[in-house]
Amino acid sequence: MTLEINSEIIQITLRSLYISGVATLLSVSWSLPIGVIIGLKNFPGKHLIKGFFNALLGIPTVALGLFIYLLISSSGPFGFLNLWLTPSAMIIGQAILITPIMVSFTTSAVESIDPKIKDLARTLGASETQVSLAVLRESVNGVFLAVTASFNRAIAELGVAYMMGMNLRGRTRVLTTYIGLEYERANWGSVIAAAIILLSIVFAVSLSMNLIQRRRA
Amino acid sequence: MNRKIGMWVIAIVLTAVVSVSGTAYYFGVGPFAKGRTKLVVSTTTSLYDTGLLDAIEDQFEAKYPIDIYLISAGTGIAITYAQRGDSDMILVHEPSRERAFLEEGYGVCRKIIAYNFFTIVGPRSDPAGINGSSTTEALDKIVAAGRSGATKWISRGDDSGTHTKEKSLWNAAGINWAEIRDEDWYLETGAGMGQTLLVADHFSAYTLADMGTYLKYEKDGKIDLEVLVGQGQDLLNVYSAIACNKTRFPKAIFEGAITFIKFLISDEGQRIISEYGQAYYNQGLFYPAVKLLKDNSDPALVEWIQDYAFFDGYECPPQYRDDHPELYG
Repeated sequence: MTLEINSEIIQITLRSLYISGVATLLSVSWSLPIGVIIGLKNFPGKHLIKGFFNALLGIPTVALGLFIYLLISSSGPFGFLNLWLTPSAMIIGQAILITPIMVSFTTSAVESIDPKIKDLARTLGASETQVSLAVLRESVNGVFLAVTASFNRAIAELGVAYMMGMNLRGRTRVLTTYIGLEYERANWGSVIAAAIILLSIVFAVSLSMNLIQRRRA
Repeated sequence: MNRKIGMWVIAIVLTAVVSVSGTAYYFGVGPFAKGRTKLVVSTTTSLYDTGLLDAIEDQFEAKYPIDIYLISAGTGIAITYAQRGDSDMILVHEPSRERAFLEEGYGVCRKIIAYNFFTIVGPRSDPAGINGSSTTEALDKIVAAGRSGATKWISRGDDSGTHTKEKSLWNAAGINWAEIRDEDWYLETGAGMGQTLLVADHFSAYTLADMGTYLKYEKDGKIDLEVLVGQGQDLLNVYSAIACNKTRFPKAIFEGAITFIKFLISDEGQRIISEYGQAYYNQGLFYPAVKLLKDNSDPALVEWIQDYAFFDGYECPPQYRDDHPELYG
């Protein structure tokens, strides 16, 4: 048996990186502010919201995929957007999937910062936004961890990618759906190659985040 | 403070819109399709797992400004997608469901595109001794051998055309399928044909397979199973294409579907079907049906197809032909 690394698998790998990368950025754009606000502010219902995001941490990807499919398929309320079977649908689905991870990890990172830093910043005459930024700077390691974990969850998940994209050759086929198909087709050479690539990506991302953190520390 | 939250919301919405629409633009999908029509075809796994449809897709897309989106699932699921309006046409192999699909007003313009045979495959040692038996005898023997613990039967169990065929064969053999499915020698994979063959191979068990998928897996050395019963009239397998009814689904890409059906039944499309796999397997995985039915070149076989897959004497009764009588010239 030989490992098969051909142009198709490289294209699929790049598509995987692109879709999960954009999904992570998209999710960061709303999860980071939400996480910082929950971590910093005190407001009624705060524990309820924290509990909500924590409960969603392990949301089954197939359940989320199914739910979004019902929303965006032709007969769903958002069917007119014509999103089903496009990379955009996969990006949106994965961004939603990883939102609880981003929010929960960011919240804990922010909460673990010594409250004295906030007070210190305030006594030095910082505005609320500056205080938030100061805390964010201190909790940047935790945020890095949140981003890494989110990206890895996105690139390694199957349910949303499959139900949004249906594994269309050359269009929505990503590493996980490709592995599923090639497993069904019993093409061990390409299945193992794709699995190794996926593992390498996940390890490489974690490792580089680790190195960045250590250099900062 | 409220103004800041407002800014955040605007920023987030902007990021979302820009990244999603940027992606759509980059891939040329959704509202940004680059002048090419997106035709969603839901299809049975056997046509897909063999790679035939990939070959057809490439040739078709090179010729027409239509991109084919192939969703591979069992016939039951393929039809469900079409009924929900998520696909524009279907490629399936289950005449009874196809008939209902036409009669309930979901589909029009059915064309039979290809045929081959189902086959009962099993281990070379053939513990149930079915080699050379008729289908009915073979199933009887498998039940006896299964109950004595000598072998297993692997079923698709996924509501696919092959699964329906299997149930009808048990029925024709006078065996109550609902009863045997709970016995411990009867396993259901709930998966596609390829994976079911792999499971059958693992257990050295018997299963019903379509010839195309079996040949591919066998010749590629992925399974060590033998054809034990095949080629009989009761094992005929007929593939058809049906377009979704534009009256029922105004948003369906109807003309695109007709274009694709015309390609499938054209000399070129039929040649791809008949030649697919010839070089590698020394025999075709599927046989083209259009010329056979038109010229009646093998009357016995044509009669089998008519018995099995025609509705009231037609491959598509006239009231379901929409405005395309030319398909049936």
